[in-house]
Amino acid sequence: MKQIVFISGKGGTGKSTLVASLSLLVESKIIADCDVDAPNLHLIIPGERRKAEHYYGAKQALIDPNLCVPCERCKSVCRFDAITEDIRIIPANCEGCGACALVCPQNAISLVDVKTGEAYVDNTNRGTFSHALLDIGEEGSGKLVTKVKENLPEFYNGEAWALIDGSPGIGCTVIASITGADAAVAVCEPTKSGKSDLIRVLGLTRHFGIPAYVCINKYDLNTAIACEIESECEENGFPVIGKIKFEPAIVRALQSLKTPLEAGLTEVACQIENFWEELKKCLTKTEEEIC
Amino acid sequence: MVIAISAAGSDMESRMDQRFGRAACFAIIDTETMKYEFLDNAAAAASGGAGISAAQTVADKNVKAVITGNVGPNAGKVLSAAGIEVYYGKDVTVKENAELFKKGSLEKITSSAPRHYGLRG
Amino acid sequence: MKIAVLSGKGGTGKTTVSASLAAAVGQCQYIDCDVEEPNGALFLNPRIESETPVYVQIPEVKEDKCDGCGDCARACMFNAIAVVKRKVIIFPELCHHCGACGIACTKNAVYEAPRQTGVIESGDNGMFLQGKLNIGEFITIPVINKLKQMMRNDIPVILDCTPGASCTVVKTISGTDFCVLVTEPTPFGLHDLKIAAALVKKMGIRFGVVINKAMDSDKSIQQYCARHNIAVLMEIPYERRIAENYSRGILPVHMDKTYKEKFIKLFNSIKAGAAS
Repeated sequence: MKQIVFISGKGGTGKSTLVASLSLLVESKIIADCDVDAPNLHLIIPGERRKAEHYYGAKQALIDPNLCVPCERCKSVCRFDAITEDIRIIPANCEGCGACALVCPQNAISLVDVKTGEAYVDNTNRGTFSHALLDIGEEGSGKLVTKVKENLPEFYNGEAWALIDGSPGIGCTVIASITGADAAVAVCEPTKSGKSDLIRVLGLTRHFGIPAYVCINKYDLNTAIACEIESECEENGFPVIGKIKFEPAIVRALQSLKTPLEAGLTEVACQIENFWEELKKCLTKTEEEIC
Repeated sequence: MVIAISAAGSDMESRMDQRFGRAACFAIIDTETMKYEFLDNAAAAASGGAGISAAQTVADKNVKAVITGNVGPNAGKVLSAAGIEVYYGKDVTVKENAELFKKGSLEKITSSAPRHYGLRG
Repeated sequence: MKIAVLSGKGGTGKTTVSASLAAAVGQCQYIDCDVEEPNGALFLNPRIESETPVYVQIPEVKEDKCDGCGDCARACMFNAIAVVKRKVIIFPELCHHCGACGIACTKNAVYEAPRQTGVIESGDNGMFLQGKLNIGEFITIPVINKLKQMMRNDIPVILDCTPGASCTVVKTISGTDFCVLVTEPTPFGLHDLKIAAALVKKMGIRFGVVINKAMDSDKSIQQYCARHNIAVLMEIPYERRIAENYSRGILPVHMDKTYKEKFIKLFNSIKAGAAS
């Protein structure tokens, strides 16, 4: 099975729309949404819940008031302002590092698991779908992303592809999404900010040694910048393998929870199919070259 | 020689787990006596550092070789510092991989560069 | 007054709104807290005058004092330290700078050394700040903290956030007076708006909504806001020319004088909302 992660750098470039479209096009696949703090794919890929679990992704210090003296040694070592004047833990600030527990002479501090989100696996009409939701304001989104990916092998049924919808940015959530992937597809838009963000996220794939390909969405919004993106990517070893036109009808389709394919936007559908064919070709070529 | 094999389950008939850092368990096997024990991989739940923690776990057991599907650069660094050699396991059971290792049929991973994508499917 | 602009969903127009507000108000400080992918500079074109590196403290080991006992590795909750064959290996990108390793070491062998994790660029006499996380770094918080340390208290401050509702956003909006939630009229936009609204409510910060790319064909955001007594402070209609100008780095306030007036009106609504 080959794992493909869709990233973007900039938000709103069309990752989820593309992955949702591919979920209809690609026959043998398993799907995952790794944008755990603002997941969208489940809105457009409905299914029946197969698994739902609480996810405990962080630790928090717990002070036993019966054992606490207080001597304030814990407060003096806490670097996260997580201990109040009257020696109580501020959960929102606690990093779960355990420094306080190490210095407590009364052994009054323990680290407990904290629920940070919920992970789900659904059976959909287009395959198994793993996703999650981070609890509001919680940390540890990277760990929850790892959980989303870890839920896949349990339901694996010989599928050829894992299509992973990533999140915007270049931080721990994106890093956790691309780790272990066979390839990344950076979906970008031809705007100044889109280009700037694309360069940074491609730098991230290079840093982690993940082969990356580029798909330019809304390419005719600004063909000059689209061309700049294309030449810069090709020069730096990031093949541009897809171009999808700017189509306001896509937004109207999404408002009815339809992908471009279901909405009968044939030109866009064709461009998505061409992108997928190119990607398959590239990944097969890589294998042959190495062999 | 004591070796570690990443395992998808906790018996010798379990398949080898292709992942190292997030393997479900590790089989620690003495190839001379074929005595073995299985360790749960506590690192599996970590996001960053799973490979490091897993490498630390097997290093603490004084293994001389690890058999697995792939090893990331961080885990590779720890294993290399510990003098542990890493071999590409086959997509068969833990027991079969141990036998293949004893016969010298497994290929050594010689660099900690990212593995060649697609080669192992 | 400190105003944060966030969205939940990416690409709804945070930077358009935050940069337009800054450009319309004029005498204010703009801080780009989207340290993973900062874009404000592309629209505000500040004259960058200085760069301040952001450092974190990373453990290092005095080899002559270290006996390879492994206590530091066992104390580290983040797997940033491994000890094999009595040698300590540190993984700086995973370090949370908590100091637990140093506390656990009984041999005085652990000390801390600075490591650069990002940079703050300052322009227009400190009226423009942007943070940039180094590529490959996991943790944004040290860069956000540094940016917030440089906030002015005498003029309005506008903070542009990362998309989403993660700890980066929490850190950025914490302590602000008002949050502007930018959304778009799609099911994705509405879903993520609910998440962003739940976050600001949980943090007890007053907020209002700006609907970008507004269309007559979808009033779901307006309906949601009406049901939940959330103020819709402004609607920016979907227009291809706005999108095209955006692609070139041109804000609505720069392309059309009426937008400057609209954004000043937005600022006044925010002031009223923060005070009420």
